[in-house]
Amino acid sequence: MRFKVITSTGLVIIWLLSSFTLKHQPRVLAFSDFEPHLHFSNDTTYLVNFWASWCTPCVNELPAFEKISEEYGNDKVKVLLVSLDFPKQIDSRLIPFIEKNGIKSEVMVLNDPDANKWINKVDAEWSGSIPATLIYNSGTRTFHEGVYTYEELRSLVEQYLQ
Amino acid sequence: MKKLILSLSIGLISASLLLAGGYSVGDKASDFKLENVDGEYVSLSDFEDAKGYIVVFTCNNCPYAKAYQDRIIKLDEKYKPMGYPVIAINPNNTDVKPDDDMSSMKSRAEDKGYTFPYLKDTDYKVYKEYGATRTPHIFVLTKDKGDLKVSYIGAIDDNYQDASAVNDAYLANAVDALLANGKPDPSFTKAIGCSIK
Repeated sequence: MRFKVITSTGLVIIWLLSSFTLKHQPRVLAFSDFEPHLHFSNDTTYLVNFWASWCTPCVNELPAFEKISEEYGNDKVKVLLVSLDFPKQIDSRLIPFIEKNGIKSEVMVLNDPDANKWINKVDAEWSGSIPATLIYNSGTRTFHEGVYTYEELRSLVEQYLQ
Repeated sequence: MKKLILSLSIGLISASLLLAGGYSVGDKASDFKLENVDGEYVSLSDFEDAKGYIVVFTCNNCPYAKAYQDRIIKLDEKYKPMGYPVIAINPNNTDVKPDDDMSSMKSRAEDKGYTFPYLKDTDYKVYKEYGATRTPHIFVLTKDKGDLKVSYIGAIDDNYQDASAVNDAYLANAVDALLANGKPDPSFTKAIGCSIK
């Protein structure tokens, strides 16, 4: 009995610790594992934003995505923040950035150095500069290289939801 | 009326495509005259013996640009004696990126021991004409019957993280092909980079 209590207490502690430390640990994916996120075919509209914590215009744009995520959270709209931060800076820079700014949208890291092999698979129009955003649902796709304002995003999301 | 609107919009679309386009491989490129970190003005025509040029749009602080600094020096050391010098141009607006001003560029060139000109695109015109969108962004030009021809556009290689793990040295392969009187293949590649501000 006593052993069971100790074991379950231990498990609870491990669970608490892991949920605390893993809460902001983004998944790190090669392009082949990331690619399905560009082609989900369901009733949700996806906003896939390519950014990095060191990219000033990207960082300035994030609150607009967070606001969309918050306002349309019940409307089958999903924001995916795809970070291109360098792998060696995930712990030292990216995770502290996510925590400091209280980022709630899902963040994942795309780590695939030969971008020439995958940039066109995101969109043929993309030259490779960030920020860049792909908005899509099962029927329509909109790609934009550069910054979106909140108003622009909102108007696009409204069009997608109609 | 409808036809008029249609032709007007087609006109507008093609005009915007032309403006946004920049150079494609095979296009004629323009020379420029920009201030170097040593205070002198540099044009491509100053390099009379060059067979062509490796024009690199880069900047001081973009992590991708910084990851390639040493590799760009090595490329210049290897290819300048063979007729393809590196010409680096910083296109960032100093109002947005104060750390890309001439004095910061001078410090960078001195600290890293740049072996090539590091020019400021003061009026932000050259990068627009070339169609550079990110740093680093490479344009290899070849001298062709008195003109400059764009022979390669794109990335330096396929691994910004680790120079020792490069499989495809896109830029070096392109210059090697040109030196052997061949055509770069691929002549156009893409890379992730910082948007030019």
